[in-house]
Amino acid sequence: METTRDWTIPGVTVGFAAVAVLGLLFLPDWLMNLTVIAFARALAVVGLMVLWRTGLVSFGHALYFGLGAYTVALLGKDDGISEVLITLPAATLVAATVGLFLGFIVRRYREIFFAMLSLAFSMVLYGILVKTEALGSTDGFNVRTPTFLGFAPEDAGTTLRAIFLVLCALCWTVAVLVHRYLQSTLGRLTTAIRDNEIRVEYLGYSVAQAIHGKYVMSAALAGLGGGILAIALGQVDPDSMVNWTVSGELVFVTILSGPGSVAAPFIGSMIYELIRTYAFEWLPHAWQLIVGVTLLSIIFFLPGGVWSLLARLRRREVE
Amino acid sequence: MSALLEARGLNKSFGAVTAARDIDISVAPHEIVGIIGANGAGKTTFVNMVTGWLKPTSGRILYEGHDIVGRTPRQITRLGICRSFQVAQIFGSASVFDNLLIALGIAEARGLAALRLLRRPDLADKADALLARYGIADYRDQSAGTLPQGVRKLLDIAMAMVAAPKVLLLDEPTSGISSDEKFELMDVVMGALKEDGVTVLFIEHDMEIVGRYVSRVVAFYQGEIICDAPPLVALADPKVKEFVIGEDLHNQTLLQGGVLQEAPDARG
Repeated sequence: METTRDWTIPGVTVGFAAVAVLGLLFLPDWLMNLTVIAFARALAVVGLMVLWRTGLVSFGHALYFGLGAYTVALLGKDDGISEVLITLPAATLVAATVGLFLGFIVRRYREIFFAMLSLAFSMVLYGILVKTEALGSTDGFNVRTPTFLGFAPEDAGTTLRAIFLVLCALCWTVAVLVHRYLQSTLGRLTTAIRDNEIRVEYLGYSVAQAIHGKYVMSAALAGLGGGILAIALGQVDPDSMVNWTVSGELVFVTILSGPGSVAAPFIGSMIYELIRTYAFEWLPHAWQLIVGVTLLSIIFFLPGGVWSLLARLRRREVE
Repeated sequence: MSALLEARGLNKSFGAVTAARDIDISVAPHEIVGIIGANGAGKTTFVNMVTGWLKPTSGRILYEGHDIVGRTPRQITRLGICRSFQVAQIFGSASVFDNLLIALGIAEARGLAALRLLRRPDLADKADALLARYGIADYRDQSAGTLPQGVRKLLDIAMAMVAAPKVLLLDEPTSGISSDEKFELMDVVMGALKEDGVTVLFIEHDMEIVGRYVSRVVAFYQGEIICDAPPLVALADPKVKEFVIGEDLHNQTLLQGGVLQEAPDARG
Protein backbone atom coordinates (compact mmCIF):
# COMPACT_ATOMS: atom_id res chain seq x y z
CA MET A 1 0.00 0.00 0.00
CA GLU A 2 1.30 3.43 -0.91
CA THR A 3 1.46 5.66 2.11
CA THR A 4 2.95 9.04 2.78
CA ARG A 5 4.83 9.05 6.05
CA ASP A 6 2.78 10.54 8.88
CA TRP A 7 5.05 12.73 11.00
CA THR A 8 2.39 13.84 13.48
CA ILE A 9 3.30 11.57 16.39
CA PRO A 10 7.07 12.03 16.08
CA GLY A 11 6.39 15.75 15.60
CA VAL A 12 4.24 16.23 18.69
CA THR A 13 6.60 14.03 20.73
CA VAL A 14 9.65 16.13 19.85
CA GLY A 15 7.58 19.31 20.09
CA PHE A 16 6.25 18.75 23.60
CA ALA A 17 9.58 17.35 24.83
CA ALA A 18 11.30 20.48 23.51
CA VAL A 19 8.68 22.78 25.06
CA ALA A 20 9.00 20.99 28.40
CA VAL A 21 12.81 21.05 28.52
CA LEU A 22 13.33 24.51 27.04
CA GLY A 23 10.44 25.84 29.13
CA LEU A 24 11.99 24.65 32.37
CA LEU A 25 15.39 26.00 31.39
CA PHE A 26 14.58 29.34 29.82
CA LEU A 27 10.95 30.44 30.19
CA PRO A 28 10.29 33.28 32.62
CA ASP A 29 7.39 32.67 34.97
CA TRP A 30 5.00 35.03 33.14
CA LEU A 31 5.56 33.21 29.85
CA MET A 32 5.30 29.79 31.47
CA ASN A 33 2.05 30.88 33.07
CA LEU A 34 0.80 32.04 29.70
CA THR A 35 1.82 28.72 28.14
CA VAL A 36 -0.09 26.82 30.83
CA ILE A 37 -3.24 28.86 30.18
CA ALA A 38 -2.82 28.40 26.41
CA PHE A 39 -2.29 24.63 26.62
CA ALA A 40 -5.17 24.16 29.09
CA ARG A 41 -7.46 25.94 26.63
CA ALA A 42 -5.94 23.95 23.75
CA LEU A 43 -7.07 20.69 25.35
CA ALA A 44 -10.68 21.88 25.04
CA VAL A 45 -9.99 23.10 21.51
CA VAL A 46 -8.78 19.63 20.45
CA GLY A 47 -12.28 18.35 21.25
CA LEU A 48 -13.90 21.25 19.41
CA MET A 49 -11.66 20.52 16.45
CA VAL A 50 -13.01 16.96 16.29
CA LEU A 51 -16.57 18.36 16.34
CA TRP A 52 -15.69 20.97 13.72
CA ARG A 53 -14.34 18.26 11.41
CA THR A 54 -17.74 16.62 11.81
CA GLY A 55 -19.39 19.86 10.70
CA LEU A 56 -20.53 20.85 14.21
CA VAL A 57 -19.68 24.04 16.09
CA SER A 58 -20.45 24.26 19.80
CA PHE A 59 -20.87 27.69 21.34
CA GLY A 60 -21.33 26.16 24.77
CA HIS A 61 -18.27 24.14 25.69
CA ALA A 62 -17.59 26.53 28.56
CA LEU A 63 -20.18 24.30 30.26
CA TYR A 64 -17.68 21.43 30.36
CA PHE A 65 -14.70 23.72 30.87
CA GLY A 66 -16.46 25.16 33.92
CA LEU A 67 -17.59 21.77 35.18
CA GLY A 68 -13.98 20.57 35.12
CA ALA A 69 -12.77 23.71 36.88
CA TYR A 70 -15.45 23.63 39.59
CA THR A 71 -14.96 19.88 40.13
CA VAL A 72 -11.29 20.43 40.93
CA ALA A 73 -12.13 23.42 43.10
CA LEU A 74 -14.91 21.65 44.98
CA LEU A 75 -12.84 18.54 45.64
CA GLY A 76 -10.24 20.74 47.33
CA LYS A 77 -12.70 22.86 49.29
CA ASP A 78 -12.49 22.73 53.08
CA ASP A 79 -9.17 20.86 53.15
CA GLY A 80 -10.40 18.30 50.69
CA ILE A 81 -8.52 16.52 47.91
CA SER A 82 -5.78 18.39 46.07
CA GLU A 83 -3.94 15.47 44.45
CA VAL A 84 -3.93 16.06 40.68
CA LEU A 85 -3.95 12.31 40.09
CA ILE A 86 -7.48 12.37 41.55
CA THR A 87 -8.77 15.87 40.79
CA LEU A 88 -7.95 15.93 37.07
CA PRO A 89 -9.46 12.51 36.26
CA ALA A 90 -12.50 13.54 38.34
CA ALA A 91 -12.85 16.78 36.34
CA THR A 92 -12.65 14.79 33.10
CA LEU A 93 -15.13 12.20 34.33
CA VAL A 94 -17.72 14.72 35.55
CA ALA A 95 -17.60 16.64 32.27
CA ALA A 96 -17.78 13.41 30.23
CA THR A 97 -20.76 12.16 32.26
CA VAL A 98 -22.72 15.39 31.77
CA GLY A 99 -21.72 15.29 28.08
CA LEU A 100 -23.00 11.74 27.86
CA PHE A 101 -26.45 12.75 29.14
CA LEU A 102 -26.75 16.00 27.17
CA GLY A 103 -25.40 14.20 24.12
CA PHE A 104 -28.69 12.32 23.82
CA ILE A 105 -30.33 15.69 23.14
CA VAL A 106 -27.75 17.60 21.12
CA ARG A 107 -26.94 14.71 18.76
CA ARG A 108 -30.30 15.24 17.07
CA TYR A 109 -29.48 18.81 16.06
CA ARG A 110 -27.20 20.35 13.46
CA GLU A 111 -25.79 23.71 12.46
CA ILE A 112 -27.10 26.76 14.32
CA PHE A 113 -29.46 24.64 16.47
CA PHE A 114 -26.58 22.50 17.73
CA ALA A 115 -24.52 25.61 18.46
CA MET A 116 -27.30 27.44 20.27
CA LEU A 117 -28.46 24.40 22.25
CA SER A 118 -24.93 23.97 23.57
CA LEU A 119 -24.86 27.66 24.47
CA ALA A 120 -28.19 27.37 26.27
CA PHE A 121 -26.93 24.51 28.46
CA SER A 122 -23.79 26.43 29.38
CA MET A 123 -25.83 29.51 30.32
CA VAL A 124 -27.98 27.37 32.62
CA LEU A 125 -24.85 26.35 34.56
CA TYR A 126 -23.65 29.96 34.52
CA GLY A 127 -26.96 31.09 35.98
CA ILE A 128 -26.82 28.44 38.71
CA LEU A 129 -23.25 29.33 39.69
CA VAL A 130 -23.95 33.06 39.77
CA LYS A 131 -26.89 32.49 42.11
CA THR A 132 -25.19 29.94 44.39
CA GLU A 133 -23.67 31.73 47.34
CA ALA A 134 -22.13 28.53 48.71
CA LEU A 135 -19.91 28.52 45.60
CA GLY A 136 -18.96 32.16 45.96
CA SER A 137 -21.58 33.45 43.55
CA THR A 138 -19.98 35.86 41.00
CA ASP A 139 -16.74 36.03 43.02
CA GLY A 140 -16.14 32.29 42.95
CA PHE A 141 -13.66 30.78 45.41
CA ASN A 142 -10.03 29.75 45.73
CA VAL A 143 -8.60 26.43 44.62
CA ARG A 144 -6.27 24.55 46.90
CA THR A 145 -2.60 24.36 45.94
CA PRO A 146 -2.21 21.04 44.15
CA THR A 147 -0.10 18.07 45.14
CA PHE A 148 1.58 15.84 42.58
CA LEU A 149 1.76 12.16 43.61
CA GLY A 150 1.98 13.39 47.20
CA PHE A 151 4.62 16.02 46.40
CA ALA A 152 3.52 19.41 47.69
CA PRO A 153 5.52 22.27 46.13
CA GLU A 154 6.68 24.82 48.66
CA ASP A 155 6.41 27.97 46.59
CA ALA A 156 4.39 29.35 43.67
CA GLY A 157 7.28 29.03 41.21
CA THR A 158 7.75 25.31 41.88
CA THR A 159 3.99 24.75 41.69
CA LEU A 160 3.91 26.49 38.32
CA ARG A 161 6.75 24.33 36.99
CA ALA A 162 5.10 21.16 38.24
CA ILE A 163 1.80 22.12 36.59
CA PHE A 164 3.71 22.97 33.40
CA LEU A 165 5.38 19.56 33.32
CA VAL A 166 2.17 17.65 34.05
CA LEU A 167 0.37 19.69 31.42
CA CYS A 168 3.04 19.01 28.76
CA ALA A 169 2.73 15.27 29.47
CA LEU A 170 -1.09 15.45 29.32
CA CYS A 171 -1.07 17.46 26.10
CA TRP A 172 1.29 14.97 24.46
CA THR A 173 -0.92 12.06 25.58
CA VAL A 174 -4.10 13.74 24.32
CA ALA A 175 -2.48 14.71 20.99
CA VAL A 176 -1.23 11.16 20.38
CA LEU A 177 -4.52 9.49 21.39
CA VAL A 178 -6.71 11.88 19.41
CA HIS A 179 -4.44 11.57 16.37
CA ARG A 180 -4.66 7.79 16.62
CA TYR A 181 -8.44 8.09 16.95
CA LEU A 182 -8.65 10.26 13.84
CA GLN A 183 -6.84 7.55 11.87
CA SER A 184 -9.44 4.95 12.84
CA THR A 185 -12.77 4.25 11.14
CA LEU A 186 -14.58 6.17 13.88
CA GLY A 187 -12.15 9.05 13.47
CA ARG A 188 -12.69 9.19 9.71
CA LEU A 189 -16.41 9.40 10.44
CA THR A 190 -15.82 13.07 11.20
CA THR A 191 -15.40 14.41 7.68
CA ALA A 192 -17.54 11.58 6.30
CA ILE A 193 -20.50 12.69 8.44
CA ARG A 194 -19.90 16.32 7.48
CA ASP A 195 -19.88 15.30 3.79
CA ASN A 196 -22.82 12.93 3.73
CA GLU A 197 -24.81 11.64 6.71
CA ILE A 198 -27.15 9.64 4.48
CA ARG A 199 -24.30 7.58 3.04
CA VAL A 200 -22.92 6.86 6.52
CA GLU A 201 -26.32 5.53 7.64
CA TYR A 202 -26.67 3.46 4.46
CA LEU A 203 -23.22 1.99 4.98
CA GLY A 204 -24.50 0.68 8.29
CA TYR A 205 -23.24 3.11 10.97
CA SER A 206 -25.35 5.27 13.26
CA VAL A 207 -24.59 8.95 12.67
CA ALA A 208 -26.23 9.83 16.00
CA GLN A 209 -24.01 7.40 17.91
CA ALA A 210 -20.88 8.63 16.13
CA ILE A 211 -21.71 12.26 16.94
CA HIS A 212 -22.59 11.34 20.51
CA GLY A 213 -19.19 9.71 21.00
CA LYS A 214 -17.37 12.73 19.62
CA TYR A 215 -19.45 15.05 21.80
CA VAL A 216 -18.56 13.08 24.95
CA MET A 217 -14.90 13.10 23.94
CA SER A 218 -14.96 16.87 23.45
CA ALA A 219 -16.74 17.34 26.79
CA ALA A 220 -14.12 15.23 28.57
CA LEU A 221 -11.25 17.18 27.01
CA ALA A 222 -12.90 20.50 27.90
CA GLY A 223 -13.36 19.25 31.49
CA LEU A 224 -9.69 18.29 31.68
CA GLY A 225 -8.63 21.69 30.31
CA GLY A 226 -10.90 23.51 32.75
CA GLY A 227 -9.56 21.46 35.64
CA ILE A 228 -5.97 22.34 34.82
CA LEU A 229 -6.82 26.01 34.36
CA ALA A 230 -8.47 26.06 37.79
CA ILE A 231 -5.32 24.59 39.34
CA ALA A 232 -3.08 27.01 37.45
CA LEU A 233 -5.09 30.13 38.29
CA GLY A 234 -5.83 29.04 41.87
CA GLN A 235 -9.35 30.38 41.61
CA VAL A 236 -12.65 29.65 39.90
CA ASP A 237 -15.51 32.01 39.14
CA PRO A 238 -18.42 31.89 36.68
CA ASP A 239 -17.19 34.68 34.41
CA SER A 240 -13.76 33.28 33.71
CA MET A 241 -14.82 29.63 33.51
CA VAL A 242 -18.42 29.25 32.34
CA ASN A 243 -19.60 32.48 30.73
CA TRP A 244 -20.48 32.51 27.02
CA THR A 245 -17.35 34.56 26.33
CA VAL A 246 -15.27 31.55 27.39
CA SER A 247 -17.13 29.42 24.83
CA GLY A 248 -16.52 32.18 22.28
CA GLU A 249 -12.80 32.13 23.03
CA LEU A 250 -12.70 28.37 22.53
CA VAL A 251 -14.42 28.70 19.14
CA PHE A 252 -12.10 31.60 18.26
CA VAL A 253 -9.02 29.49 18.97
CA THR A 254 -10.52 26.55 17.05
CA ILE A 255 -10.92 28.75 13.95
CA LEU A 256 -7.50 30.32 14.46
CA SER A 257 -5.88 26.88 14.77
CA GLY A 258 -7.67 25.12 11.92
CA PRO A 259 -8.76 21.48 11.78
CA GLY A 260 -5.67 20.20 9.96
CA SER A 261 -3.81 18.49 12.81
CA VAL A 262 -3.98 17.69 16.52
CA ALA A 263 -0.91 19.90 16.92
CA ALA A 264 -2.79 22.93 15.57
CA PRO A 265 -4.82 23.78 18.72
CA PHE A 266 -1.65 24.04 20.82
CA ILE A 267 0.01 26.40 18.34
CA GLY A 268 -3.20 28.35 17.76
CA SER A 269 -3.92 28.70 21.46
CA MET A 270 -0.38 29.95 22.12
CA ILE A 271 -0.72 32.52 19.33
CA TYR A 272 -4.08 33.64 20.75
CA GLU A 273 -2.66 34.11 24.25
CA LEU A 274 0.28 36.12 22.91
CA ILE A 275 -2.00 38.30 20.76
CA ARG A 276 -4.33 38.87 23.67
CA THR A 277 -1.53 39.66 26.12
CA TYR A 278 0.21 42.14 23.84
CA ALA A 279 -3.08 43.63 22.60
CA PHE A 280 -4.04 44.27 26.22
CA GLU A 281 -0.69 45.91 26.88
CA TRP A 282 -0.86 48.18 23.84
CA LEU A 283 -4.56 48.94 23.86
CA PRO A 284 -5.92 48.17 27.33
CA HIS A 285 -9.35 49.61 26.56
CA ALA A 286 -9.71 48.28 23.03
CA TRP A 287 -7.72 45.04 22.96
CA GLN A 288 -10.77 43.24 21.57
CA LEU A 289 -10.30 45.33 18.43
CA ILE A 290 -6.97 43.63 17.68
CA VAL A 291 -8.38 40.20 18.49
CA GLY A 292 -11.36 40.88 16.20
CA VAL A 293 -9.15 42.04 13.33
CA THR A 294 -7.04 38.89 13.78
CA LEU A 295 -10.15 36.71 13.50
CA LEU A 296 -11.30 38.55 10.39
CA SER A 297 -7.87 38.13 8.82
CA ILE A 298 -7.91 34.40 9.52
CA ILE A 299 -11.39 34.00 8.02
CA PHE A 300 -10.49 35.99 4.88
CA PHE A 301 -6.92 34.87 4.26
CA LEU A 302 -6.45 31.58 6.14
CA PRO A 303 -9.81 29.78 6.33
CA GLY A 304 -7.92 26.59 7.21
CA GLY A 305 -6.33 28.32 10.23
CA VAL A 306 -2.66 28.76 11.07
CA TRP A 307 -2.07 25.06 10.45
CA SER A 308 -2.93 25.53 6.79
CA LEU A 309 -0.18 28.16 6.59
CA LEU A 310 2.34 25.72 8.04
CA ALA A 311 1.11 22.99 5.69
CA ARG A 312 1.41 25.40 2.74
CA LEU A 313 4.98 26.31 3.69
CA ARG A 314 5.91 22.65 4.04
CA ARG A 315 4.43 21.86 0.60
CA ARG A 316 6.42 24.70 -0.93
CA GLU A 317 9.60 23.32 0.66
CA VAL A 318 8.92 19.88 -0.82
CA GLU A 319 8.34 21.38 -4.30
CA MET B 1 -37.72 -21.05 -4.99
CA SER B 2 -38.67 -19.29 -1.76
CA ALA B 3 -38.67 -15.50 -1.78
CA LEU B 4 -35.69 -13.56 -0.50
CA LEU B 5 -37.60 -10.30 -0.30
CA GLU B 6 -41.35 -9.85 -0.14
CA ALA B 7 -43.70 -6.92 0.19
CA ARG B 8 -47.22 -7.77 1.33
CA GLY B 9 -50.08 -5.29 1.22
CA LEU B 10 -47.72 -2.34 1.46
CA ASN B 11 -49.35 1.07 1.73
CA LYS B 12 -47.87 4.52 2.20
CA SER B 13 -49.74 7.80 2.45
CA PHE B 14 -48.46 11.34 2.84
CA GLY B 15 -51.55 13.10 4.12
CA ALA B 16 -54.15 12.86 1.36
CA VAL B 17 -51.63 11.59 -1.18
CA THR B 18 -51.26 7.84 -1.53
CA ALA B 19 -47.76 7.01 -2.71
CA ALA B 20 -48.10 3.22 -2.43
CA ARG B 21 -51.28 1.16 -2.52
CA ASP B 22 -51.44 -2.57 -1.79
CA ILE B 23 -47.98 -3.35 -3.11
CA ASP B 24 -47.32 -7.09 -3.35
CA ILE B 25 -43.95 -8.15 -4.69
CA SER B 26 -41.99 -11.32 -4.20
CA VAL B 27 -38.36 -11.43 -5.29
CA ALA B 28 -36.43 -14.70 -5.52
CA PRO B 29 -32.68 -14.97 -4.88
CA HIS B 30 -30.49 -13.85 -7.84
CA GLU B 31 -33.40 -12.25 -9.68
CA ILE B 32 -32.81 -8.97 -11.50
CA VAL B 33 -35.97 -6.93 -11.32
CA GLY B 34 -36.58 -3.67 -13.14
CA ILE B 35 -38.95 -1.19 -11.53
CA ILE B 36 -40.47 1.23 -14.00
CA GLY B 37 -43.03 3.98 -13.84
CA ALA B 38 -43.55 7.65 -14.58
CA ASN B 39 -42.33 10.30 -12.14
CA GLY B 40 -44.40 10.15 -8.95
CA ALA B 41 -45.57 6.59 -9.63
CA GLY B 42 -44.23 5.37 -6.27
CA LYS B 43 -40.99 3.63 -7.31
CA THR B 44 -38.65 5.52 -5.02
CA THR B 45 -41.22 5.41 -2.21
CA PHE B 46 -41.14 1.62 -2.50
CA VAL B 47 -37.32 1.55 -2.39
CA ASN B 48 -37.31 3.98 0.54
CA MET B 49 -39.71 1.72 2.46
CA VAL B 50 -37.67 -1.41 1.78
CA THR B 51 -34.47 0.30 2.91
CA GLY B 52 -35.98 1.79 6.06
CA TRP B 53 -36.00 5.47 5.09
CA LEU B 54 -39.80 5.54 5.15
CA LYS B 55 -42.09 3.53 7.37
CA PRO B 56 -45.09 2.05 5.54
CA THR B 57 -48.53 3.19 6.68
CA SER B 58 -49.48 -0.48 6.68
CA GLY B 59 -48.26 -3.79 5.31
CA ARG B 60 -45.23 -5.98 5.78
CA ILE B 61 -41.79 -6.26 4.23
CA LEU B 62 -40.24 -9.67 4.70
CA TYR B 63 -36.55 -10.33 4.21
CA GLU B 64 -35.54 -13.96 4.51
CA GLY B 65 -38.92 -14.50 6.15
CA HIS B 66 -38.46 -11.82 8.84
CA ASP B 67 -40.47 -8.62 8.98
CA ILE B 68 -38.11 -5.63 8.66
CA VAL B 69 -40.69 -2.84 8.93
CA GLY B 70 -39.65 -0.32 11.58
CA ARG B 71 -35.95 -1.05 11.30
CA THR B 72 -33.55 1.81 10.59
CA PRO B 73 -31.58 2.10 7.33
CA ARG B 74 -28.37 1.03 9.07
CA GLN B 75 -30.04 -2.03 10.61
CA ILE B 76 -31.39 -3.02 7.22
CA THR B 77 -27.98 -2.44 5.66
CA ARG B 78 -26.44 -4.71 8.30
CA LEU B 79 -29.04 -7.37 7.46
CA GLY B 80 -27.89 -7.41 3.85
CA ILE B 81 -30.06 -4.96 1.90
CA CYS B 82 -28.05 -2.09 0.44
CA ARG B 83 -28.83 0.66 -2.02
CA SER B 84 -27.46 3.25 -4.37
CA PHE B 85 -29.11 6.58 -5.04
CA GLN B 86 -30.49 8.59 -7.92
CA VAL B 87 -28.08 11.36 -6.88
CA ALA B 88 -24.88 9.52 -5.97
CA GLN B 89 -24.28 9.65 -2.22
CA ILE B 90 -20.52 9.82 -1.76
CA PHE B 91 -18.03 11.63 0.48
CA GLY B 92 -17.19 14.60 -1.71
CA SER B 93 -14.13 15.85 0.16
CA ALA B 94 -12.40 12.45 0.22
CA SER B 95 -10.59 10.71 -2.62
CA VAL B 96 -12.28 7.83 -4.45
CA PHE B 97 -9.92 5.42 -2.69
CA ASP B 98 -10.74 6.92 0.72
CA ASN B 99 -14.47 6.69 0.00
CA LEU B 100 -14.10 2.94 -0.40
CA LEU B 101 -11.75 2.69 2.56
CA ILE B 102 -14.31 4.41 4.80
CA ALA B 103 -17.06 2.13 3.48
CA LEU B 104 -14.89 -0.94 4.15
CA GLY B 105 -14.04 0.37 7.61
CA ILE B 106 -17.72 0.82 8.47
CA ALA B 107 -18.54 -2.65 7.17
CA GLU B 108 -16.22 -4.18 9.79
CA ALA B 109 -16.95 -1.56 12.48
CA ARG B 110 -18.69 -3.40 15.28
CA GLY B 111 -17.83 -2.40 18.84
CA LEU B 112 -14.13 -1.73 19.31
CA ALA B 113 -13.39 -2.70 15.70
CA ALA B 114 -14.49 0.85 14.84
CA LEU B 115 -11.25 2.01 16.45
CA ARG B 116 -9.03 -0.06 14.14
CA LEU B 117 -6.76 1.89 11.84
CA LEU B 118 -8.36 2.61 8.49
CA ARG B 119 -5.17 2.74 6.45
CA ARG B 120 -4.25 -0.93 6.64
CA PRO B 121 -2.80 -3.07 3.85
CA ASP B 122 -5.70 -5.56 3.92
CA LEU B 123 -8.36 -2.84 3.58
CA ALA B 124 -6.31 -1.04 0.93
CA ASP B 125 -6.08 -4.24 -1.13
CA LYS B 126 -9.86 -4.68 -0.91
CA ALA B 127 -10.43 -1.07 -1.92
CA ASP B 128 -8.09 -1.43 -4.90
CA ALA B 129 -9.87 -4.64 -5.93
CA LEU B 130 -13.21 -2.81 -5.86
CA LEU B 131 -11.77 0.07 -7.87
CA ALA B 132 -10.61 -2.39 -10.53
CA ARG B 133 -13.87 -4.33 -10.52
CA TYR B 134 -16.01 -1.25 -11.08
CA GLY B 135 -13.61 0.22 -13.64
CA ILE B 136 -12.73 3.35 -11.67
CA ALA B 137 -9.10 2.64 -10.80
CA ASP B 138 -7.97 5.57 -12.97
CA TYR B 139 -9.77 7.92 -10.58
CA ARG B 140 -8.27 6.36 -7.43
CA ASP B 141 -6.70 9.50 -5.97
CA GLN B 142 -9.12 12.04 -7.40
CA SER B 143 -11.40 13.94 -5.05
CA ALA B 144 -14.85 12.34 -5.25
CA GLY B 145 -16.49 15.75 -5.42
CA THR B 146 -14.88 16.44 -8.79
CA LEU B 147 -15.80 13.16 -10.51
CA PRO B 148 -17.84 12.94 -13.72
CA GLN B 149 -21.42 11.79 -13.23
CA GLY B 150 -20.87 8.24 -14.49
CA VAL B 151 -17.92 7.64 -12.18
CA ARG B 152 -19.86 9.04 -9.23
CA LYS B 153 -22.62 6.51 -9.95
CA LEU B 154 -20.11 3.66 -10.15
CA LEU B 155 -18.49 4.75 -6.89
CA ASP B 156 -21.90 4.97 -5.22
CA ILE B 157 -22.72 1.41 -6.30
CA ALA B 158 -19.26 0.11 -5.35
CA MET B 159 -19.72 1.61 -1.87
CA ALA B 160 -23.13 -0.04 -1.55
CA MET B 161 -21.53 -3.38 -2.45
CA VAL B 162 -18.81 -3.15 0.19
CA ALA B 163 -21.02 -4.79 2.83
CA ALA B 164 -21.53 -7.81 0.50
CA PRO B 165 -25.33 -7.46 0.48
CA LYS B 166 -27.74 -10.15 -0.65
CA VAL B 167 -30.12 -7.56 -2.10
CA LEU B 168 -29.10 -4.38 -3.88
CA LEU B 169 -31.55 -1.64 -4.81
CA LEU B 170 -30.35 0.75 -7.51
CA ASP B 171 -32.24 4.01 -7.89
CA GLU B 172 -31.94 5.12 -11.51
CA PRO B 173 -28.32 4.06 -12.07
CA THR B 174 -28.17 5.68 -15.51
CA SER B 175 -29.90 8.98 -14.78
CA GLY B 176 -27.73 11.89 -15.79
CA ILE B 177 -25.48 9.62 -17.87
CA SER B 178 -25.05 10.26 -21.60
CA SER B 179 -26.54 7.67 -23.94
CA ASP B 180 -23.02 6.75 -25.11
CA GLU B 181 -21.92 5.86 -21.59
CA LYS B 182 -25.01 4.20 -20.14
CA PHE B 183 -24.51 0.70 -21.60
CA GLU B 184 -20.84 0.76 -20.74
CA LEU B 185 -21.73 1.67 -17.16
CA MET B 186 -24.47 -0.93 -16.89
CA ASP B 187 -22.23 -3.65 -18.37
CA VAL B 188 -19.66 -2.96 -15.66
CA VAL B 189 -22.26 -2.85 -12.89
CA MET B 190 -24.35 -5.84 -13.92
CA GLY B 191 -21.23 -7.91 -14.66
CA ALA B 192 -19.92 -7.29 -11.15
CA LEU B 193 -23.29 -7.85 -9.50
CA LYS B 194 -23.98 -11.10 -11.36
CA GLU B 195 -20.54 -12.37 -10.41
CA ASP B 196 -21.43 -11.73 -6.75
CA GLY B 197 -24.81 -13.43 -7.12
CA VAL B 198 -26.64 -10.40 -5.76
CA THR B 199 -30.39 -10.01 -6.11
CA VAL B 200 -30.98 -6.68 -7.81
CA LEU B 201 -33.98 -4.39 -7.97
CA PHE B 202 -33.41 -1.29 -10.00
CA ILE B 203 -35.50 1.69 -10.84
CA GLU B 204 -35.03 2.77 -14.42
CA HIS B 205 -36.67 5.14 -16.88
CA ASP B 206 -34.65 3.96 -19.86
CA MET B 207 -36.53 1.08 -21.45
CA GLU B 208 -33.55 0.01 -23.52
CA ILE B 209 -31.67 -0.61 -20.28
CA VAL B 210 -34.66 -2.40 -18.77
CA GLY B 211 -35.11 -4.59 -21.84
CA ARG B 212 -31.47 -5.55 -21.93
CA TYR B 213 -30.62 -6.30 -18.31
CA VAL B 214 -33.62 -7.40 -16.27
CA SER B 215 -35.30 -10.77 -15.94
CA ARG B 216 -38.57 -9.29 -14.75
CA VAL B 217 -40.34 -5.93 -14.87
CA VAL B 218 -42.57 -4.41 -12.21
CA ALA B 219 -44.46 -1.36 -13.47
CA PHE B 220 -45.87 1.26 -11.09
CA TYR B 221 -48.61 3.74 -11.77
CA GLN B 222 -50.07 6.10 -9.15
CA GLY B 223 -48.71 4.01 -6.30
CA GLU B 224 -50.03 0.70 -7.64
CA ILE B 225 -48.41 -2.16 -9.50
CA ILE B 226 -50.04 -2.37 -12.92
CA CYS B 227 -47.84 -5.09 -14.35
CA ASP B 228 -45.40 -7.71 -13.04
CA ALA B 229 -44.02 -9.87 -15.84
CA PRO B 230 -40.92 -10.73 -17.89
CA PRO B 231 -39.67 -7.75 -19.91
CA LEU B 232 -40.96 -8.84 -23.32
CA VAL B 233 -44.45 -9.23 -21.92
CA ALA B 234 -44.38 -6.24 -19.59
CA LEU B 235 -43.07 -3.75 -22.13
CA ALA B 236 -45.76 -4.81 -24.56
CA ASP B 237 -48.53 -4.58 -22.00
CA PRO B 238 -51.16 -2.00 -23.04
CA LYS B 239 -51.31 -0.43 -19.58
CA VAL B 240 -47.53 -0.12 -19.43
CA LYS B 241 -47.48 1.39 -22.90
CA GLU B 242 -50.17 3.88 -21.99
CA PHE B 243 -49.16 4.89 -18.47
CA VAL B 244 -45.43 4.28 -18.29
CA ILE B 245 -43.73 4.33 -21.66
CA GLY B 246 -46.08 6.26 -23.90
CA GLU B 247 -46.95 4.94 -27.34
CA ASP B 248 -44.60 7.16 -29.35
CA LEU B 249 -41.63 6.61 -27.14
CA HIS B 250 -42.41 2.92 -27.03
CA ASN B 251 -42.23 2.61 -30.79
CA GLN B 252 -39.16 4.75 -31.16
CA THR B 253 -36.92 3.49 -28.42
CA LEU B 254 -37.87 -0.13 -28.04
CA LEU B 255 -38.40 -1.15 -31.63
CA GLN B 256 -35.60 0.92 -33.10
CA GLY B 257 -33.30 -0.07 -30.27
CA GLY B 258 -34.03 -3.71 -31.03
CA VAL B 259 -35.19 -4.54 -27.55
CA LEU B 260 -38.53 -6.03 -28.65
CA GLN B 261 -37.61 -7.39 -32.06
CA GLU B 262 -38.66 -10.87 -31.08
CA ALA B 263 -41.98 -9.86 -29.56
CA PRO B 264 -44.48 -9.48 -32.37
CA ASP B 265 -47.29 -8.52 -30.00
CA ALA B 266 -45.24 -5.58 -28.83
CA ARG B 267 -45.71 -3.90 -32.17
CA GLY B 268 -49.40 -4.29 -32.23
